[in-house]
Amino acid sequence: MAYDERVRRTKSGVTATGLGKRFGDLWALRGLDLDVPAGRVLGLLGHNGAGKTTAIRILTTLSTPSEGRATVAGHDVAAEGARVREKIGVACQAATVDGLLTARANLEMVARLYHLTRTQARQRAGELLERLDLAANGDQLVKTFSGGMRRRLDLAASFVASPEVLFLDEPTTGLDPRSRNELWELLRERVREGTTLVLTTQYLDEADRLADDIVVLDHGTVAARGTPTELKQRVGGDRITVAIADPSVGARAHTALAPFGDGESTIEAEVAREATNPQGISVSTTLPLTRIVMRARPGLRLVEVVRALDAAGIDAHDVSRRETTLDDVFLAITGPGASRRSAATEVTP
Amino acid sequence: MSARYLLADSLVFARRHAAHIRQIPEKLLDVTLQPIMFTLLFAFVFGGVIAIPDGSYREYLLGGVMIQSLSFGIMGPATAIATDVREGVVDRFRSLPVSRASYLIGHILAELGATLIGVTVLSASGLVIGWGIYSSVLGGLAGYGLIILFAFSMVWLGTWLGLIVRSPDAAQGIVFLVVFPATFLANTFVPLAGLSPVLRTIAAWNPVSTLAAAVRELFGNPTALPPDPPWPLQHAVLCAVGWSLLLLFISAPLAIRAFRKRTQD
Repeated sequence: MAYDERVRRTKSGVTATGLGKRFGDLWALRGLDLDVPAGRVLGLLGHNGAGKTTAIRILTTLSTPSEGRATVAGHDVAAEGARVREKIGVACQAATVDGLLTARANLEMVARLYHLTRTQARQRAGELLERLDLAANGDQLVKTFSGGMRRRLDLAASFVASPEVLFLDEPTTGLDPRSRNELWELLRERVREGTTLVLTTQYLDEADRLADDIVVLDHGTVAARGTPTELKQRVGGDRITVAIADPSVGARAHTALAPFGDGESTIEAEVAREATNPQGISVSTTLPLTRIVMRARPGLRLVEVVRALDAAGIDAHDVSRRETTLDDVFLAITGPGASRRSAATEVTP
Repeated sequence: MSARYLLADSLVFARRHAAHIRQIPEKLLDVTLQPIMFTLLFAFVFGGVIAIPDGSYREYLLGGVMIQSLSFGIMGPATAIATDVREGVVDRFRSLPVSRASYLIGHILAELGATLIGVTVLSASGLVIGWGIYSSVLGGLAGYGLIILFAFSMVWLGTWLGLIVRSPDAAQGIVFLVVFPATFLANTFVPLAGLSPVLRTIAAWNPVSTLAAAVRELFGNPTALPPDPPWPLQHAVLCAVGWSLLLLFISAPLAIRAFRKRTQD
């Protein structure tokens, strides 16, 4: 689709074409294409240094792109920065609220800078404190706030002007699970009201829960993109790890576990030498452990795995299940590393 | 839209600074308590041993302490802006629909205000120990005019320093390292006549001496100049204005450039 056509169609959304940013010889971001229609949620997923923050900084006019173009709410970020800033709300990675002001004074100041009148600013600050559960602490200095409260205040500051497009850089990093859930609910509420949301995260489950579309960034380039469902199909579900002490039964265990894997080539095994005692008693015996890592078939219960191992007469040292992590995503996208493959062939019959 | 709101936005930022000072009054110590301490220490400890040929030491002292205090006024703006830049508060402001200049204007206004509070406190404590303006109303106004001009140039210099250092602490270190010797190797506390020939030459050409001499001259206080003072001390007021303008014209563009550089990538 032609660039102008896309811009027109996504009037209150976000578009980017070949967006790139170079610092010296290093490309922090390169070739980013985005197409976020109004009212949708885009999750930028990646490790530290993947280019997420750079992308957010360009889209929020804090940084100028070295190449490519981008529009936010129909305005070019490079040429019409001032227009863009009128339409957006931003919460950066570090909670950039003023520690030496009270929470209320912080919000009133931001509201005044959005050119609300004094009365409007006071009213808006009160509303937001209420809404973000900070009303009781409104007149406390922000430097006395906990990390979670600071972050909520930072978020409140980004809501002040009821922005069309909201940019949040790792909004839940450092939050406890309860605050995280509350924040997610708050963001869903904004999105229901029609706000377009672009957020970055290191957590797959966060992107999964909030985003309509996910772009996976790796070393500044797009490693994968799609809806959460599409990505999960490629990546698979939870990971099951079976550790066995006796390497000679590795092949047998592999066969016994095969039915629980998700799709083909899902069983990966590796040999790890760990100073672990299989009996769990503190005796200083060192044993090598064989680990079989596999993607769990949807709906798999861990107890089925344990029963199958029992039936095959395999004495498992440890059976565990964990949620898919960003590392699994990268592994699934880029394929298992060479060393991992060779380790896998050792136990495959 | 930016131009219309420039002044209003600048005042919002200036008020933010004022709120900081209300929260942490210690921020004003370097421009209030410290000069008072110097005044009292020198007036009572050295006052008895330092002879001023054309008047009292206490009257002589105040012009020196005033210039020293204004020179230390570099510290406030330097640490304030270095802290803001480091903590990312500036980024938050930059993502708002306000002109970047308004942040800088607000900062300069607030810091100048803080310095002027210091000037007021120092003048009051001077009056208590026996200093006064003995020239004329016009002389007094001219004296304070020069003080404000110099304070303005120091605020810009401090702002520039705060923008080029890595941390607020570094700014403090540099200020101590430069301002302390610069304000002592001058006629700030002792008349030039008491110094050894080499030091006397350095002190005579030190801009701090020129500024202190100019303030004393304008307020009608004793200047304790040697019989044949070097050229800048003979034309102290003219040179003091020149030095202040020179510093201002160098540091303001540098500060603006550094601010652009620090806030644009």
